[in-house]
Amino acid sequence: MHAIFILWLRELKKYTRSRAQIVASLGQPLLYLLVLGFGLGPVFQQAGNGSYLQFVAPGVIGMTVLFTSVFSGIALLFDRQFGFLKETLVAPVPRIRIMVGRTLGGATVAILQGTLIFVVCMIAGFRPVNLASIPLGFVFMALIAVVFAALGTAIGSGLQDMQGFQLIMNFLVLPIFFLSGALYPLHNLPKALAAVTRIDPLSYGVDGLRGALTGRLMVFSTTTDLLALLLIALGLLLLGAWRFSKIEI
Amino acid sequence: MIRVQNLVKKFADFTAVNDISFDVPKGEIFAFLGPNGAGKTTTIKMLTTLLPPTSGRLELNGLDPTRQANGVRQQFGIVFQDPSLDGDLTAAENLELHGVLYHVPRKVRHERAEMLLKLFELWDRKDTLVKKFSGGMKRRLEIARGFLHTPKILFLDEPTLGLDPQSRNQLWTHVRRLNETEQVTVFLTTHYMEEADRVAHRIAVIDHGKIVAIGTSQELRQRTNTESLEDAFLSLTGTTIRDETANSSDQLRQMVQMWRR
Repeated sequence: MHAIFILWLRELKKYTRSRAQIVASLGQPLLYLLVLGFGLGPVFQQAGNGSYLQFVAPGVIGMTVLFTSVFSGIALLFDRQFGFLKETLVAPVPRIRIMVGRTLGGATVAILQGTLIFVVCMIAGFRPVNLASIPLGFVFMALIAVVFAALGTAIGSGLQDMQGFQLIMNFLVLPIFFLSGALYPLHNLPKALAAVTRIDPLSYGVDGLRGALTGRLMVFSTTTDLLALLLIALGLLLLGAWRFSKIEI
Repeated sequence: MIRVQNLVKKFADFTAVNDISFDVPKGEIFAFLGPNGAGKTTTIKMLTTLLPPTSGRLELNGLDPTRQANGVRQQFGIVFQDPSLDGDLTAAENLELHGVLYHVPRKVRHERAEMLLKLFELWDRKDTLVKKFSGGMKRRLEIARGFLHTPKILFLDEPTLGLDPQSRNQLWTHVRRLNETEQVTVFLTTHYMEEADRVAHRIAVIDHGKIVAIGTSQELRQRTNTESLEDAFLSLTGTTIRDETANSSDQLRQMVQMWRR
């Protein structure tokens, strides 16, 4: 347990020490929130869906959690390159604990970052409809964080250089974001697109988060979202642990 | 304590380690010498569970690194050739993390960390982030960390690379003390022949993935009919210079250094 804790703590320390990065990481969500939020607002309103800011805020929170947690997993690449990974891999601790410590640490950081964006959304004018369901919102944030931190670990375990990292960003992480319903409602989509959005784990995360915070425009039920995310999290944790145990230096 | 039989490691079309065998008994200081790219580090990686061998048998204290990785990891400590510190943590935090991973009890951990940081003259910089350390300081911290717990087998992969004479002296004094008082078996590689001559009980010379000679320093000198270990080494491995190709880590390190300027 101590090993898991100290590696979790390491992720947190690294996060709180990189102030410049925290500020920089607010940039993208703010763009989506403000530019799209106010830019698309009138069209969205005319289409009869209400306030776009209310709609997009949970999506932007979900996006933040997604990016932060995937990055934390892929940070394995940097630990590999700078050598620290070796130090943990030869330690007399089962690799599964090393992996769990890192992944939980990355997930925690992603939840903190998501919370920060949640506050920013509130400042921009977003209002959760029901204060009592905010904890449920955090449950969804945590699930999104674990799912994608585990996915990041699974991918990071096999990455050898920065080129691979770009590939993952452009062909996996960005599609996950754009297909998740973070930016537009998943209703009445062309069949093919609708099918793809249903295999995107973030669709369930954003849907659940949106349901908890605004109670509107949900595609699935809260139970479906919870179950889907739990199953995916379990599967990806197993995959991540397996891939991590196979790392060669 | 360490038993290697017919060990082979192939990377695609390149054979890094080509059918080597040797034994290191408990309590011995064993030096592994060879030119760059001879297969020293690859052998250490296989012994320390970081790399599976292509074929051959390995044993550390009776355990097999390929099948009993966790058990093997309980047996040894290692100082790596290339950096393995976390630059975003302080010196003290790096030691603390190591101590926790190696199950060193809290009190012992703190006492030893203080002792080692003072020994390697890092005590007044213990709360500085490691990324702000100079190359020499980082190296000293790596060595100090390697001594935080007392393993049965200690691997030292070119530990003195980039160390000043004072720290080198501290290092070897410490290694000898551990070896004499705690019967720690030591497996080391180095490019400095006089160090191997001074501390090692037995020396193996490896070249192109093969062991070309093994024995005490005196035996090697007699066999090659030379005066010093350095001459014996050159007579065994020739005088051509070997190059290692830069791997992706080196390239990334260079890139990051460029960005930081």
